[in-house]
Amino acid sequence: MPYIPNTSDETRAMLDTLGCADIDELWEKTGITLPKPSLDDIPEGKSEHEVTNHLRALAALNATNLVSFLGSGYYDHIVPAAVADIAARSEFLTAYTPYQPEASQGTLQTIYEYQCAICRLTGMEVANASMYDGGTALFEAMMLAVRATRRRRAVISGAVSPIFREMIRCYSSNLDVELVEVPTDGTRSNHDALVEAVDGNTACVLVQYPNVFGTIEEWSGVVDAVRAKGALAVCSAYPIALALLKPPGEMGFDVVTGEGQSLGLPLSFGGPYLGFMATTMKLARKMPGRIVGRTTDTTGREGFVLTLQTREQHIRRENATSNICTNENLCALTALAYLSCVGKSGFVEVAELCASKARFARKLLLEIDGIEPVGDEPFFNEFVVELPMDASELVGRMIDKGFAAGFPLGRYYLERGRELLVAVTEKRSREEIKSFVNAMEAVVTNW
Amino acid sequence: MGRDVELIFDKGAPGRRGSSLPAMDVPKADDFPEELRRGAPPRLPEVSELEAVRHFTRLSRLNFGVDSHFYPLGSCTMKYNPKFHEKIASLYGFAALHPLLPQLRRGGALTQGALAVIYETERLLSAILGFEQFTMQPLAGAHGELTGVMLIAAYHKDRGDKDRKVMLIPDAAHGTNPASAAMAGFDTKIVPTDNDGNVDLEVLKSLLGPETAGIMLTCPNTLGLFDPNTKEVCALVKEAGGLSYCDGANLNAIIGRVRPGDLGFDVMHVNLHKTFSTPHGGGGPGAGPVGVAEHLVPFLPISRVVKRQDGTYTLQYNYPKSIGYIAPFYGNFAVILRAYAYLLTLGRKGLVRVGENAVLNANYIRARLAGKYEVPYDRFCTHECVISASKQAKQDVHALDIAKALIDRGFHPPTMYFPLIVKEALMIEPTETESKEELDEFINAMLEIAETAETDQDALKNAPVTTPVSRLDETLAARKPRVAE
Amino acid sequence: MKRYTKDHEWVELEGDIAVVGISEHAAGELGDITFVELPAVGNDVILGDPIAVVESVKAASDVYAPISGTVKEIHSELEEDPGIINTSSEGDGWICKLDNIDIAEFEDLMDKKAYDEFLKED
Repeated sequence: MPYIPNTSDETRAMLDTLGCADIDELWEKTGITLPKPSLDDIPEGKSEHEVTNHLRALAALNATNLVSFLGSGYYDHIVPAAVADIAARSEFLTAYTPYQPEASQGTLQTIYEYQCAICRLTGMEVANASMYDGGTALFEAMMLAVRATRRRRAVISGAVSPIFREMIRCYSSNLDVELVEVPTDGTRSNHDALVEAVDGNTACVLVQYPNVFGTIEEWSGVVDAVRAKGALAVCSAYPIALALLKPPGEMGFDVVTGEGQSLGLPLSFGGPYLGFMATTMKLARKMPGRIVGRTTDTTGREGFVLTLQTREQHIRRENATSNICTNENLCALTALAYLSCVGKSGFVEVAELCASKARFARKLLLEIDGIEPVGDEPFFNEFVVELPMDASELVGRMIDKGFAAGFPLGRYYLERGRELLVAVTEKRSREEIKSFVNAMEAVVTNW
Repeated sequence: MGRDVELIFDKGAPGRRGSSLPAMDVPKADDFPEELRRGAPPRLPEVSELEAVRHFTRLSRLNFGVDSHFYPLGSCTMKYNPKFHEKIASLYGFAALHPLLPQLRRGGALTQGALAVIYETERLLSAILGFEQFTMQPLAGAHGELTGVMLIAAYHKDRGDKDRKVMLIPDAAHGTNPASAAMAGFDTKIVPTDNDGNVDLEVLKSLLGPETAGIMLTCPNTLGLFDPNTKEVCALVKEAGGLSYCDGANLNAIIGRVRPGDLGFDVMHVNLHKTFSTPHGGGGPGAGPVGVAEHLVPFLPISRVVKRQDGTYTLQYNYPKSIGYIAPFYGNFAVILRAYAYLLTLGRKGLVRVGENAVLNANYIRARLAGKYEVPYDRFCTHECVISASKQAKQDVHALDIAKALIDRGFHPPTMYFPLIVKEALMIEPTETESKEELDEFINAMLEIAETAETDQDALKNAPVTTPVSRLDETLAARKPRVAE
Repeated sequence: MKRYTKDHEWVELEGDIAVVGISEHAAGELGDITFVELPAVGNDVILGDPIAVVESVKAASDVYAPISGTVKEIHSELEEDPGIINTSSEGDGWICKLDNIDIAEFEDLMDKKAYDEFLKED
């Protein structure tokens, strides 16, 4: 067992200091006298080399060789090598929450810079140090609205990710908050119905930008109407799209959240990811999670500290804004490193590549006999097409040809069994897109 | 040092960039309607890759971390994080795996390796901790707590036991316990700690009744003590119709020695970033898997990984009593992966040695500091010891001053002012991965500080002086928040 | 003449109006006040209702209505400069004024002498 340095001589010396004959007596003195449990079901320890080989073998069983057009909220983007290197600095990796600011200025300044970056992307005034993921961030935004408005009802668009909606439903089950879902209108949200659903007890309206079908919707009108009724407007955004799209802050949203995975984080089979959350300054004291502020030390030098901590569980306990304790700090740092390395012009270029390649793919796909468009609204890098067969079945055939063809929407929406949600990122070359389309054509034509 | 703060946004020059991207090889998109377009691009850094790397490298060096400093932060288990875990987490076959692939071909055919990792880790944790099943989904310790108390709520609801609305929580508990209970819809009632540092059984009995949903106990408790009445507490709660929740924040003490399931706990969470050696990352990501006894299995979150007779793995969703989806997918997979590697390396003998050495090291520190520092509950501790600076406080030297003085001496301070029931608390958790020499150096620094507290209080009150900044004005930060620019 | 509660609020009558704040002792315990959440004007409050929150860096403390009534006026200056409570908690650092009050509730509170005794015992 290589990670325990105590030798038998040292163990002996320490036991002597404690007046214990052996480890058994030490246990006894701690008050633990239960019989030792059987650990027969636990294998013998192995060397790093053997464990690595075992896990390499398991990794090889996963289908990461497919050329991917699968997104649905979680995207395969190019990540500069420097990003992972920066986040792997062990001074970042092996520190904990910056409770001692003098010994944690590195972590604190990076969180502050991350908060700035999120505010700049979203057009908001204050961001927290991150939440677990996009779904928990959206739920926490809903609860923020409940606290701020003292109302107990939330309206959510059916064009918000079904994953997020399921999570919010789960978390709300023991809380006195009524959740109202407004069905979609094709691949758009139903704007009129969303506004109509807001009554005097409604805390907020939750929407997504671009929505789960990839459609970009202009929200200013809805936001104004919702706010006029005394509710808050909350948006979950895809951060890469914000390079080109009007920032949610400019549309008047009170709270902007989102899944930050696409900002330099690997897909890693579902996590760790990054939930971001930003609000107006007015709502800052209602926000959950850690926040870093800029201040000065006893000699006037500038530095950073955790601030507005009275919102948090270690002070407010059952009255805290949330039970969240940690953030997803290393993921936030990764996002900051990504945004720094890709940079202002690179970030815009990534978004332009995504949007352009998606249009190229869509155009070629629609040239195939039998594949029809679904909706013709503006989209970013993801779009829906209708197939002449069940989309799940087509996806199965496409796997055999080496492609993850997209997400069969029937998995979430029963009536959309023939619809396929296709995502294209900057990673896909023109050639890959063309061979994807050729493969699709072959499958569709030979059905 | 002394140089003003320079943000990444302050560096570089307009037009400079560090990224290399593929050329545009398709027609450029130009169809966004005007009202959806952004006016100016987001104000992101314009730096070369070297500038970015140098900026973050410089910042990293302002941090204390386990790799650079002894970090005995109580209740956080800052043990060494083996390097090979990082290599495994970055294996392409794991890192590039899209979480929705199982939806493309049913039966988990595309993700057998990843499902194996989740399933096998669940089985290992169940065996080590004495539970029927584990879910790997909770994304952090507090998230595991929330999942655990939601399971308790679902259990009572399923039995039509609608009045069980009160969650009992000891006064020494972490703040996350009452906050999690509140998020699951419970009212909380506080159970006091008795003079020996254990749950006050008499008061507990008086609090139990038909409204009791359960109790949340940290085991060992937040004083670093193993409550010898734990079994009795669980039994009393059970008798009253409630369930017992074990907060596994302090599991490192008893791993391999005590199985919480055997004590009568119905549900527990563990922190993979503590006991199971995944890096803390400056405050996450962690993971907080939850284990349950048989009667809570039907309520576990979905999806669940199941092993088929033929040895393959699949995801299942059809559990009508499940509390639903607490995570977007299967948990913080890359964190689970590291913990799995750790468990395989430790094996059954290694596990036992972890607990033994964690307890030995903590008691060694306790014994050596007793005398110079007050030890409020003077008995053998488990993996951490809580001392008090109350003696030093008489000279106006407080726990905070001692913490700051430790920074100047090259140690990350212990947890301060927690648990709340100990005045001037310093909670020291050395973990099993520290050597005796390191412990001795820390002890000597603590003893020297205790002496200085009697002779030169100012020297301690001005600490730290070796860091890039001295004590920071937190009042200013909270009164006039500058949180973004 | 001020009257005090066991939760360390004070209340003083200005004619039919009750002025409410927190005691010097409470302000001292909290340390530097960083934020005050004030009630809404027009709110009806019942004796014992939480009406405001006073925060320092490491603590948040509810302020309970020492007397029933309607919030007539709030001390908005505290939003900009919460430190007034530290410099003058029982004078310029008042938090809000209530009308429609019940004088009997006022009479039930501790006077200065009784409060000082209470602090000693506590």
